[in-house]
Amino acid sequence: MERDVPIDLLHGMYVSMLRIRLFEERAAELVDAGEIKTPCHLYIGQEAIAVGVCAALERDDYVWGGHRSHGHYLAKGGDLRAMMAELHGKATGCSKGRGGSMHLVAPEVGILGTVPLVAATIPMAVGAALATQLRRDARVSVSFFGDGATEEGHFHESLNIASVYRLPVLFVCENNLYSSHMQLLERRACDNIDRAGEAHGLPGVRVDGNDVVAVYRAAVVAVERARRGEGPALLECRTYRWRGHVGASWDMDVGVKRRDEFKDWLSKDPIARAGQQLRALGAEELELDRVVHHVRREVDEAVTFARESPYPAVSGLLEHVYWTDGERR
Amino acid sequence: MRTLTYAQAIREAHAQLLRTDSRVFVIGQGLWSPWYAGTSLQGLDKEFGRGRIIDSPVSENAITGAAVGAAIAGMRPIVFHPRMDFMLLAVDPIVNQAANWSYMFGGQVSAPVVIRTTINRGGEQAAQHSQALQAIFMHIPGLKVVMPSTPYDAKGLLIAAVSDGNPVLYIDDRWLYGEVCGVPEELYRVPIGKAAVRRGGKDITIVATSSMAAVAAQAVRALEERGVDAELIDLRSVKPWDREAVYSSVRKTGRLVVADAAWHTCGVAAEIAASVAGDVFDALKAPVARVCLPDAPAPMSAPLERAYYLGVDDIISAVEKLLGQ
Repeated sequence: MERDVPIDLLHGMYVSMLRIRLFEERAAELVDAGEIKTPCHLYIGQEAIAVGVCAALERDDYVWGGHRSHGHYLAKGGDLRAMMAELHGKATGCSKGRGGSMHLVAPEVGILGTVPLVAATIPMAVGAALATQLRRDARVSVSFFGDGATEEGHFHESLNIASVYRLPVLFVCENNLYSSHMQLLERRACDNIDRAGEAHGLPGVRVDGNDVVAVYRAAVVAVERARRGEGPALLECRTYRWRGHVGASWDMDVGVKRRDEFKDWLSKDPIARAGQQLRALGAEELELDRVVHHVRREVDEAVTFARESPYPAVSGLLEHVYWTDGERR
Repeated sequence: MRTLTYAQAIREAHAQLLRTDSRVFVIGQGLWSPWYAGTSLQGLDKEFGRGRIIDSPVSENAITGAAVGAAIAGMRPIVFHPRMDFMLLAVDPIVNQAANWSYMFGGQVSAPVVIRTTINRGGEQAAQHSQALQAIFMHIPGLKVVMPSTPYDAKGLLIAAVSDGNPVLYIDDRWLYGEVCGVPEELYRVPIGKAAVRRGGKDITIVATSSMAAVAAQAVRALEERGVDAELIDLRSVKPWDREAVYSSVRKTGRLVVADAAWHTCGVAAEIAASVAGDVFDALKAPVARVCLPDAPAPMSAPLERAYYLGVDDIISAVEKLLGQ
């Protein structure tokens, strides 16, 4: 299967996943150390989904996310330093120190906002797609959300609306099998999120969310379809959250999951898998090591940048409550 | 000047906005219906097409969220809820999302959406077809809330709301749809946050919102016959509200009645009364009086409705009490 993907593309996706992994491992250390205090919902283990989907997108396409969106932000091209600064509450942060981990934005690459209210951005992605349809531009709008979000009413409302109007939206459910501490079948009668597509008249596809090539391929099909004006699609990407719902801890520490289940998923590490695929395609070990080294340095520099950046001025406490002309990029 | 009804003025504002700004579209329930919105949207779908005048599925939450998302993505949507009661299903996109969007992203993005809704009550419609919930939304930083009482303001405030750049809740009232006044034919804005002094007076200040501004206008005429020289301020915007207009009037008259046809507790009138007490206490010659609905759901049966809703006499008696008459 992997032979169908050019090595440059696979390499690019590997680097993109690694940036997310190493950024977050560093963030986890800084959370443990008390240096980062904003609640961080880590994406470690799920990197193939953001990266596989975003590799199928153009810079202008819209991406909407939720509470666990560091990966979406980086995969779409958001500035790594600005996110690290945001996690530190600094004025140079992507949201100028007003948002933190759960409110990320990078309008220059189509990320118009990620927010922690579960499922909130699903209808907003539909609205952005409606905007592109009305303007007749070629943008596609992607909504990333977790399995818990599919229990919200507006998930179903949104699928129906997008389907009725044949809007260019890609609904990407990252099913990591847990909503906070609750396992999927403690909350759902059936393990059938992909079937929501059929119920609302749009294709619903289940994908191995730990296989970046599989995610990429499924996303390409859905995105091309959306750009042709044939309407929305739903991808259910099966994956696993390595860390706790929030913070740096491993879930095993808090007793949420069974150790053997986790061990099983560790063996499906999306980054290790992509590395194997690259080696199979002829990538040099030395080159892969060099990538790790390079990304580590980028993250280190971001931490230095964040530490050295100023906090927002207290005199600006009430700025931005209302938007005023001239602020918009 | 040419005259229009309140409903015609709303329709004209929509039509002119749709004609002059390709970013504007309208979405919500009842847009193609002959009666959901009175005549306030009549025929717009025929004139501008059903691609821009979108009568939506019964999904208040997602439709409002979609309007917010479209606004963030560069459009200027007007999302319509024909009854305010039903709009409560869309509180997340309005309060959590649209209102916070500018702030939580440091002013780099905003949600320039107009959420239009209608207070539609009386006629034995009872509790869930009657509510006036402006106070809930007035509480929210990042939102603006306007409540026009005249056809002139109905048109000018809608145009101002669409051009504002922030989320604006536009609340009209079916009891006002037949009001008539002169309305300019061109596109114009009534500034958000500016009250209108409908009548100057020196004895007492009456501040009124929406339909109560029309009721208060009658009360002021009746009071005049009784020798009371009342100043009437139509608030027009409840967030932000025009402190300067209210304070300077109270400094002149020393007495204040606030009339808002919504519940008493934590209402618009409570906010104004507290602000006046805090900021212009020295000017007050009497306590501030509130003319509001009793803290109860809207009843059904006609005699109960008559007892529940407010009229000219409620304002007159509040005024006379403050004047010691």
